[in-house]
Amino acid sequence: MFEGNLLSILIWLPIIGGLILLFTGDKFAPRPIALVFSALTFLLSIPLWTDFNPVGHQMQFVELAPWIEAFKINYHLGVDGISMPLILLNTFITVLIVIAGWEVIKHKPAQYMAAFLIMEGIINGVFAAQDSILFYVFFEAMLIPMFIVIGIWGGDNRIYATIKFFLYTFFGSVFMLISLVYMYSQADSFAIADFHSVKLGMTPQILIFLSFLIAFGVKVPMWPVHTWLPDAHVQAPTGGSVILAAVMLKIGGYGFIRFSLPMVPDASSELAWLVIFMSLTAIVYIGFIALVQNDMKKLVAYSSIAHMGFVTLGFFVLFPIVTKTGSAEGTLLGLQGGMVQMMSHGFISGAMFLCIGVLYDRMHTRDITAYGGVSNRMPWFAGFFVLFAMANTGLPGTSGFVGEFMVILTSFKANFWIAFLAATTLIIGAAYTLWLVKRVIFGAVANSNVAELTDINKRETVILAALAFFVLLLGLWPEPLVHVMNDSLAHVVEQATTSKLGN
Amino acid sequence: MFMSFTTATLIPMQFAIPDFAPAIPEIFLLAGTCLVLLVDLFLKDSNRYITYLLSQTVLLITAYLVISGINDVSMAEALQTTGKASLTTFSEMFVLDPMSQVLKVSILLITVGVFVYSRPYLKTRQMFKGEYFTLGMFAVLGMMIMVSAKTMLVIYLGLELLSLAMYAMVAFRRNDGRASEAGMKYFVLGAIASGMLLYGMSIIYGVTGSLHLDHIDSFMMGHNVMTNMGLLLGLSFVLVGLGFKLGVVPFHMWVPDVYDGSPTAVTLFLGTAPKIAAFAMMFRLLVEGLDEMLLGWQQILSLLAALSLFIGNVVAIAQTNIKRMLAYSTISHMGFVLLGILAGTEVGYASSMFYIITYSIVAMGAFGIIILLSRDGYEADRLIDLQGLSSRHPWYAFMMMLFLFSMAGVPPTVGFYAKLSVLKAVVGAEVVWLAVFAVVMSVIGAYYYLRAIKLMYFDQPDEFVGDEELLVPAKSGFDFKLLLSVNGLSVLALGILPGALMSLCVLAVEASL
Repeated sequence: MFEGNLLSILIWLPIIGGLILLFTGDKFAPRPIALVFSALTFLLSIPLWTDFNPVGHQMQFVELAPWIEAFKINYHLGVDGISMPLILLNTFITVLIVIAGWEVIKHKPAQYMAAFLIMEGIINGVFAAQDSILFYVFFEAMLIPMFIVIGIWGGDNRIYATIKFFLYTFFGSVFMLISLVYMYSQADSFAIADFHSVKLGMTPQILIFLSFLIAFGVKVPMWPVHTWLPDAHVQAPTGGSVILAAVMLKIGGYGFIRFSLPMVPDASSELAWLVIFMSLTAIVYIGFIALVQNDMKKLVAYSSIAHMGFVTLGFFVLFPIVTKTGSAEGTLLGLQGGMVQMMSHGFISGAMFLCIGVLYDRMHTRDITAYGGVSNRMPWFAGFFVLFAMANTGLPGTSGFVGEFMVILTSFKANFWIAFLAATTLIIGAAYTLWLVKRVIFGAVANSNVAELTDINKRETVILAALAFFVLLLGLWPEPLVHVMNDSLAHVVEQATTSKLGN
Repeated sequence: MFMSFTTATLIPMQFAIPDFAPAIPEIFLLAGTCLVLLVDLFLKDSNRYITYLLSQTVLLITAYLVISGINDVSMAEALQTTGKASLTTFSEMFVLDPMSQVLKVSILLITVGVFVYSRPYLKTRQMFKGEYFTLGMFAVLGMMIMVSAKTMLVIYLGLELLSLAMYAMVAFRRNDGRASEAGMKYFVLGAIASGMLLYGMSIIYGVTGSLHLDHIDSFMMGHNVMTNMGLLLGLSFVLVGLGFKLGVVPFHMWVPDVYDGSPTAVTLFLGTAPKIAAFAMMFRLLVEGLDEMLLGWQQILSLLAALSLFIGNVVAIAQTNIKRMLAYSTISHMGFVLLGILAGTEVGYASSMFYIITYSIVAMGAFGIIILLSRDGYEADRLIDLQGLSSRHPWYAFMMMLFLFSMAGVPPTVGFYAKLSVLKAVVGAEVVWLAVFAVVMSVIGAYYYLRAIKLMYFDQPDEFVGDEELLVPAKSGFDFKLLLSVNGLSVLALGILPGALMSLCVLAVEASL
């Protein structure tokens, strides 16, 4: 029906919905309006999947119009197998966030919903943009609604957290801007596809790679620039944590695969050790840090950093394999693993934060010691929580297993010790997650507050059930997702292993 | 001897009537200003709005005259004869080209906006006098002359006309100690700067033998200018003068004090339109006149730009007064403008031009918000006065947020494209380190803009204000509110569709060079 400009609709429909909400305000049924717009956006995004042609890496649903002609900047949209699933993830999660905030948000609900709708449109824009400046504009514009969400609806220390969040991300991205402008001076175009083919010397490549590493590394976030994330997560309202963990972190991973690997392959190869080192540190060291957290949200935030370490490891383990074996054979699995891990982490971390939100709405504390024996009072909730916790530890049959397994398998090809360190997550991850479950869910009822808990209502059940469905679906049958991404990722491998040194 | 003397006197003087057409807007503005001056004399205080309306009408008609100034026929002729899309008159001392048109229209429209914003402020403080408007219009005339000047002397004349009017405006509230102090500082430092500029000009005249920018340029082409001590000395003095007028580090001392001390209505004017004229002056002098000394002024400007970006952004963090904060923010923005110029390319000049025009629009809005919030005897110029603005008045808080995000350079506001275009020019000129330095500084700058947004959005209005009435914005006129909304939305609209203004700037610069 809207074949020609489906992506534009997915970007602008929620933004328009958000603006309408800002104008109508709190008096005029903000929640149903938000639900209608988010559900409509989600429904409209389904054709992206059904009409998508998985053969070949070409961009699909392309839209191209001149935007700033003096600069040769175009309004250029398109998706391939990498970005399309991420857009669906985003539209799906936003619906859940609107439902999750239905009763909980009492302060300025219209502005809350509007912020998330606008953010949804902007994030769709990030994934769909095929012009680097358009990408950058969406990338930065995303900060504004998130800044406001944390700042207005956040916890006690929200101001500190939100300013830290904004400045970290802003600091990271400005260097990327310089790189984009530099590549424009070489390619005479801002199109991402043209950046992929422009020849660059080694020194510029290294500098560009580092600037991307700062920009996307902060976003992922990678150790050691991760410190904004626990603060932001702890202080953000539940919806903010969910969108942050489930979608916004993915933009970092997406950036590596869309920008770093294809644009500066030689530097990526040269500095792959650095990224792998940072990823392994995230997996091992941050895992240990997660172990000692007393705040549930902080624990899940640190576990997110560890899990995102698998994403970057999966992307960059390609290079040691190529150096070692001399061919790119088998490296595709690592990229696929990284991508599956991103999608899976989107569902699992979203679910974990929603579960914590459910508890927080009842008890108004995230302190693990305040809980105990929740399963006695909330059996349904406990069931979901344990499922997501298991998925978080990477239990086979859940989505958490697939991605991590693929990445570890690929790592073996590169180096036994990389695989060994990556595999420690199976122990550490299980340790912190299961210990959390033990302390919160199981045991005798710890205190009178827990004794008064009521089980999840229909609204909450629907949200958690939807997420549980996808966690299991992706765990049991990842093939459709892998199939959709296959050709696009194979193209990335080809680009990443073709030297661009030339002048 | 005697004979020759008589013949000399007998021969009629070679005086051709100059072509007035290119200068018609200036002539009209002068006549209009004199008319306003006269009419104002005969008005009672209660009828002062007539002065206001008349001033606005004169400015708008002048803007119309500027736009319709070059007709296609004369322009085509000029293109054919000189290869440039410009008309000169008054012995080639005055030029009308697309660039001057764009800048003049910007100056005039911004001044119209400034007058709209100033009216309620002046009214509540018994300052609603004709002098504000006539001085303002004389300043505009000065700016227009600067923009169109083709010789150093005319540049200086325009500059002095602007400066003298501005000195008087700053000290306009005579019985206020701080305003008088600001006026005094501005006058003394401004006079020194003018002296420096004039001295530099005289040295350049001494070496090249001409005041005309094109002649200076063609003289330099034949000489090895970078080893000529005289010219280097002249260039340095000119740059000192320019630095003062633009308010860049280390010649920035006057900026915060004057911004802070002046009545807000004057700060509003001072911080917007004259910046555009200062850009024009810099463009004419450096790019059109001293183009051959590019290597020289490029180095000096790099230093000035880097210092301005650093000092402006870092010191702004320490400010508790919005006007002072915006003063330091202006300093850092002027650093960005210098970056575009020092790139030394057409794209660079165009990006600076885009930057200065959009910055003026944004700054006008930000000062407009301060005026909106202030009352008689209550200036609302402390940062803390913004506290909880979003719950007091969400719409204006949203407008202020747009202005602040634009100054910080966050898309989708216009400030981002201004910075992007300058960075693009700087990277294109292969001064990547300066671009990196600039973006790092703008991250520092983002902090204090964010802090203001935080005050508006995340904090609740405090008890200390005491008076309930102060919590809601003043009852200002419909025109004020409408303009403020248009101003804010234009920051967003130009952010989403910056293409047209950008192309205009590129075309204007291309046509002028």
